[in-house]
Amino acid sequence: MRNIWTICRRELYSYFVSPVAWVILAIFAILSGFFTFAVTTSFLRYALQSQMQGGGGPMNVNEQAISPLLSNIAVIAIFFLPMIGMRLFAEEKRQGTFELLATSPISDPQIVIGKWLAALALYGAMLLVLLLDCSFFFIYGNPDWKPFVTGFFGLLLQGGCLLAFAAFISSTTKNQIVAGAAGFGLALLLWVLNWVSSFGNSDFLQVLSYLSILSHYDSFARGVIDSKDLIFYCSMIFLGLFLTTRSLESVRWRA
Amino acid sequence: MIQVEGLTKRYARQVAVDNISFEVNQGEIVGFLGPNGAGKTTTMRVLTCYMPPTAGSAKVAGFDVYESPMEVKRRIGYLPETPPLYPEMEVGDYLKFVAKLKRVPSGDVNRRVDEVAERCSIADVKDRLISKLSKGYRQRVGLAQAIIHNPEVLILDEPTSGLDPKQIIETRELIKGLAGDHTIILSTHILPEVEAICQKVIIINKGKLVATDSVDNLTHRMHGSDASVVVVDTAGQADSTAVQQRLEQVSGVSKVLGRHVEDSGFTYEVESLAGRDVRADIARVIVQSGWNLHELKSVSFSLEEVFLELTGGQAPQEGAE
Repeated sequence: MRNIWTICRRELYSYFVSPVAWVILAIFAILSGFFTFAVTTSFLRYALQSQMQGGGGPMNVNEQAISPLLSNIAVIAIFFLPMIGMRLFAEEKRQGTFELLATSPISDPQIVIGKWLAALALYGAMLLVLLLDCSFFFIYGNPDWKPFVTGFFGLLLQGGCLLAFAAFISSTTKNQIVAGAAGFGLALLLWVLNWVSSFGNSDFLQVLSYLSILSHYDSFARGVIDSKDLIFYCSMIFLGLFLTTRSLESVRWRA
Repeated sequence: MIQVEGLTKRYARQVAVDNISFEVNQGEIVGFLGPNGAGKTTTMRVLTCYMPPTAGSAKVAGFDVYESPMEVKRRIGYLPETPPLYPEMEVGDYLKFVAKLKRVPSGDVNRRVDEVAERCSIADVKDRLISKLSKGYRQRVGLAQAIIHNPEVLILDEPTSGLDPKQIIETRELIKGLAGDHTIILSTHILPEVEAICQKVIIINKGKLVATDSVDNLTHRMHGSDASVVVVDTAGQADSTAVQQRLEQVSGVSKVLGRHVEDSGFTYEVESLAGRDVRADIARVIVQSGWNLHELKSVSFSLEEVFLELTGGQAPQEGAE
């Protein structure tokens, strides 16, 4: 446990003393700010319209503002997380520090989990910025907080998934650009995989569609923790981290 | 302290280390010598549990590198060819991180960091970013991280490469100072370095073990003898063959080689049986024969010559691997 914490802390140290974390946070702040502004504006226009026409259904901030906002953020994460994940192992290998980790009394899974947790913590910091944006909904409105919490929880799970796979890709190369491009490609593919469900109804297509990382997020955004989706994310995280560990091991055998 | 038996490491296309065996005793400083690409780094990586051997075994402090790598890693300090530094960290923070990584108890971390910083003379740069350090300082920080957990065994891969002469001398002194508490293996392709610091030398070439012995023995054993150079001036009283025959009769002399014949004197290289100093006898014989003795000195073969002979005339090169 102490080993995981040691690795995690050093990783966070590197994120926050270098411009990496601050640049990512700043860009994310601008984007999440814009999205919050956009959903709020369209929510207000919709509210105004339904008032003018009279009647209309009751408005719901959770369903009509917060839920679409969180879904948008889930898509933005697909662009951001490969950038965070690409350096995890590629940089260590390039600057030779992986040799230090590999010859220290610490196991491969501990290294992998420590680094993954640090990357997840950075994503958590990004979500704190989003929390700041969302606080306006609570100041000027009265939304239900429970779907809000499940939405954030879902974002973290989905992020953990993408980071686990980004870590795996990063562990296979010394080159950060390669790791970044491949990680981004994979994240994008996992996003659009559910399109295949419209191609037909064969078992194979169903399985492919099920693997789509974003479709599992919908239930969280609606305020439901579906055990099916929870298990999907957890097993994807486990798979990603397991592959990373294996990949590090194979690096040693081939060296 | 270290036992290596039949160690072989095969990569996809080539055999990097081929069936080598050697032993290192506690407290020894051993030089690991070989031309570029001889398999030095690979052997060290196996010893530090960075990669497993293809065949054979290696034991450090009684623990097998394959079966109990954690125990081995705790007892080893390793300085790879490029010091494993995080450029964005401060020196002090970096050393604290390594101390924790190497399982130094939490209460001792700060004390150990101060100690090794003092010992490696980097205390004055503790607050500097590693990326701002000069090559010499980086190397010393690398050495500091290797000894931070006070390991029984130190493995240093070319610890003096890329340093200026003053830094090289300082680093050598530092390494010598570490001997005794630590068993040290250092690789190098700079021969005077081995003569300067090591008691024992292991020479490998193209993955094969060529020689392993103490530095003194090795230079002797190469020729099975000690040698002296004699310059004799007979003032025309005898020709060079006569002098050579006379020298061969001295007891303890195994071989006499005529080198130059000049008017001023004849030069011979006299080899004697190991451990016997025949210089006094040679001098007496020459003087008794009524000749003039111009020069008489004992020569030992430098490690350089031994190295060249053992590795098939491939000169060691300075510079990058």
